[in-house]
Amino acid sequence: MSTLRRNPLRALGGARQTPGFGDAGRVVPASGITSLLTGITSAVMAFLAVFALALSLSSGQLAQRWSATLSQSATLRISAPPSEIGAQTAAVLEILRTTPGITSTRVLDQDEQRALLEPWFGPDLPIESLALPRLIEIIESAGGFDAVGLRLRLASEAPGAVLDDHTRWRRPLVQAAASLRALAWFSVALIGVMMAAMITLAAGFSLAANAPVIRVLRLVGARDAFIARAFTRRFAIRALIGAALGTGLGMLAFAILPVAGESGFLTGLGFHGAGWLTPLAIPVLAALIAWAATRTAAMRVLRRES
Amino acid sequence: MVLGRCSNPQVNFQGQSPGFGRIERGYGVIRLANVAHDYGGRALLTGIDLHIAPGAFHFLTGPSGAGKSTLLKLCYGELRPVQGEIELFGQSLRGMSRDALADMRRRIGVIHQDCQFLDHLTLAENVALPFVATGRPVPQTDLRELLAWVGLAGQAESLPPTLSGGERQRAALARAVIMSPEVVLADEPTGNVDAEMSQRLLSLLVELNRMGTAVMIATHDLALIRNAKAQVSARVLRIQDRTLQSAGADL
Repeated sequence: MSTLRRNPLRALGGARQTPGFGDAGRVVPASGITSLLTGITSAVMAFLAVFALALSLSSGQLAQRWSATLSQSATLRISAPPSEIGAQTAAVLEILRTTPGITSTRVLDQDEQRALLEPWFGPDLPIESLALPRLIEIIESAGGFDAVGLRLRLASEAPGAVLDDHTRWRRPLVQAAASLRALAWFSVALIGVMMAAMITLAAGFSLAANAPVIRVLRLVGARDAFIARAFTRRFAIRALIGAALGTGLGMLAFAILPVAGESGFLTGLGFHGAGWLTPLAIPVLAALIAWAATRTAAMRVLRRES
Repeated sequence: MVLGRCSNPQVNFQGQSPGFGRIERGYGVIRLANVAHDYGGRALLTGIDLHIAPGAFHFLTGPSGAGKSTLLKLCYGELRPVQGEIELFGQSLRGMSRDALADMRRRIGVIHQDCQFLDHLTLAENVALPFVATGRPVPQTDLRELLAWVGLAGQAESLPPTLSGGERQRAALARAVIMSPEVVLADEPTGNVDAEMSQRLLSLLVELNRMGTAVMIATHDLALIRNAKAQVSARVLRIQDRTLQSAGADL
């Protein structure tokens, strides 16, 4: 046997070369409803993910703030006849002064008590004529104080004093904020799953619509990985572009969100400082999800049709 | 560019299956032993024995629906037999992975009657597709030479839908041979072209065969076979009654 090597017609002139010639990503047609669907789906999901992410971050910060603020303060209420309230207040202050873990104490004056009652009774409440309990604000150190021991001492020396260390209503608030944060993260995860499902469907349609392309690629000796890569790359890029657009719109919405006041949950909803960088991960994650979903769908189809 | 070759040192026979005892052993490109195939339980081919040797030229003929296309598909692994053994380049198809089969297909050039292309790519890109699909850089000079060889140098930038039937067939031939395959399988390559283009395609395939590439053409065009036999030593096989028979004198 002989090996014949021959190059026919060596002298052909240089032909114009198509831009991107030989680019594996071009073997799948760019146009089609599936590409558009992937882009739109990614944009919408990313937009929603920005909101879910903001909710998650804000509720996390809120839970932390509530927990930190409330856990470092307590309130002591003294209910006693007017003739005894002065003595009991002095006794209580002495007990508090000698209680380890308490940084400072402060008796609320009449103006502060009026301010507390103002939302319910209005600004003209004659507070001087009312038998209101005396309120003492306690600021504790980082290590806290022994609430049980303090209550025992108060019971014996100032029976009209009631200690409220905020545990009763701080815990459900913190739990509610933590639950909200968990729900928000769950929403982010659901959005990811939904995005994967939508892109899997779109990829399935695309693979079916491009069955002739797959057949040609198989005919010329393309491996499954190459064929799958041609699809995954296109879908990942579509998802990246769509998600970047959706994320940008979501961030813009938060940037122009009106400020509701100095305090409250709505004021904290959004991104602050380095938190603005967090949503930038969404397009990358969307591209990764699209890549994984498309590759799974492609390999399944290629296995089935082999 | 290598348009034809007769040997490949990578071929080995370690994977050869025992069912080939009745066939002459030695270097083989494609071997079928006692192969059967059916569609939905209806037998289409039975007891098919075929050996395509390097540099051989075969015609496969038979009436429409006899199973010519099916036999070709069995030869390059698009279909799996319900019975029998198929070897490509000494490797049994039985249990062969999809990746290994893809590697085998790079050594087989296939031309279909409907010659499918990727319509969004230019003719040159379509012809170069086997290189792209295997992740190898496209040899631009060889590509231009190949397009010139099939008479399509001027259509390199054309999109497939704008080509005539004859141009598409020649483009399919160029795509089939760009990787210097050891065998070319052509399914009715002249089915959609006039007599002049048919002769031109045949001449290209004969030229390819003279360079050492094995060729098998499935056709029911007896005139094409007669013309070919005047140019090249070709064996004519006929599918009749679901079996493969040798034909020649009665053509």
